[in-house]
Amino acid sequence: MIAKQVNQKAWFMVLPVFLVVAFSAIIPLMTVVNYSVQDTFGNNQFFWVGMDWFRDLIHSDRFHDAFLRQISFSAIILAIEIPLGIMIALAMPKKGWGVPVCLISMALPLLIPWNVVGTIWQIFGRVDIGLLGHTLAAMGIDYNYTQDPIAAWITIIVMDIWHWTSLVVLLCYAGLCSIPDAYYQAAKIDGASRFSVFRYIQLPKMQRVLLIAVLLRFMDSFMIYTEPFVITGGGPGNSTTFMSIDLVKMAIGQFDLGPAAAMSLIYFLVILLLSWVFFTVMSNIGEESSNGGA
Amino acid sequence: MDLSWMAWTKPTATFFIIILCLLVTMTVWEIKVPGGAPRLGVLRFETTRGDRLFVSLLGSAFIHIFWLAFISLSLWWALVVAFIYAICVFIWV
Repeated sequence: MIAKQVNQKAWFMVLPVFLVVAFSAIIPLMTVVNYSVQDTFGNNQFFWVGMDWFRDLIHSDRFHDAFLRQISFSAIILAIEIPLGIMIALAMPKKGWGVPVCLISMALPLLIPWNVVGTIWQIFGRVDIGLLGHTLAAMGIDYNYTQDPIAAWITIIVMDIWHWTSLVVLLCYAGLCSIPDAYYQAAKIDGASRFSVFRYIQLPKMQRVLLIAVLLRFMDSFMIYTEPFVITGGGPGNSTTFMSIDLVKMAIGQFDLGPAAAMSLIYFLVILLLSWVFFTVMSNIGEESSNGGA
Repeated sequence: MDLSWMAWTKPTATFFIIILCLLVTMTVWEIKVPGGAPRLGVLRFETTRGDRLFVSLLGSAFIHIFWLAFISLSLWWALVVAFIYAICVFIWV
């Protein structure tokens, strides 16, 4: 019997990653935990307050409102972007010159940096010089995203759809392209309707990429900061102040480091929980489908 | 080494030392009994003992948050509830 050789050298390969993560994530997170139980007035002087910041935050309307806005925003954009992405992917050509044209035009919004997207829409929506705002005003529609909360929400949602639906489209398109022709031929012989082909062939084959799309879009929309900050700055009033914007206002604007640290930790725990749920669901669906296919 | 910028306190230091001890214990456990003891628990998906620790810690954090939100009793009781929850997770999940 040959003894299994154990090589511990791999630990040294992992060491640089560990050091980078320690300095960029673990130590700052520890500092945030330390801040969350103390109060400071600057000059590195801290006073113990226990769980007071957490208690205040959990019972504060400001936190509830920001959290509700964040969840609503994520739910709305998922409800629009996922079905729309599937529809566009289904409508895209599978061969010919149209394929590269569609792929490139789909990829373009994804290449634009977040703050530039924000600036584009900030100008695009302006009533005085923006094409969209000016056109709507000329049509007699009362649209002003700087004063009307509903107009601000619509602008941010449409902007997010414009920016990120392409990602869902590209993922779904990749899923659709991986379906062998034999499936469609079998469906044709059986006389399956267009809806049956979608329901029993295309949708199950897209399941995994769709879950990745949902995960990416949910996480990204839940942490959205730059675009709404550039477009509305969280306004009018607080109507588009999402959690990340509120957090920055609290930490940097008001220098309330303790409450901001407590809010960061709750925000982090919510994201951790949701990521774990998505990851578990994703990996289990993957396993079930591979067991089913075997 | 000056760590004053990290604003350490005794309770938070104790908290992180406990987390570190838990990780060391899990590592020693894994070396003694390798493989992570995967099994199908009540949630109907496979978990290793690392997963069970993660679920216990994350759940405990939320137990404490909900305790602060809805119950006015001392947080030490939340810790007791979290312990019972963690034991349940290690037995059944």
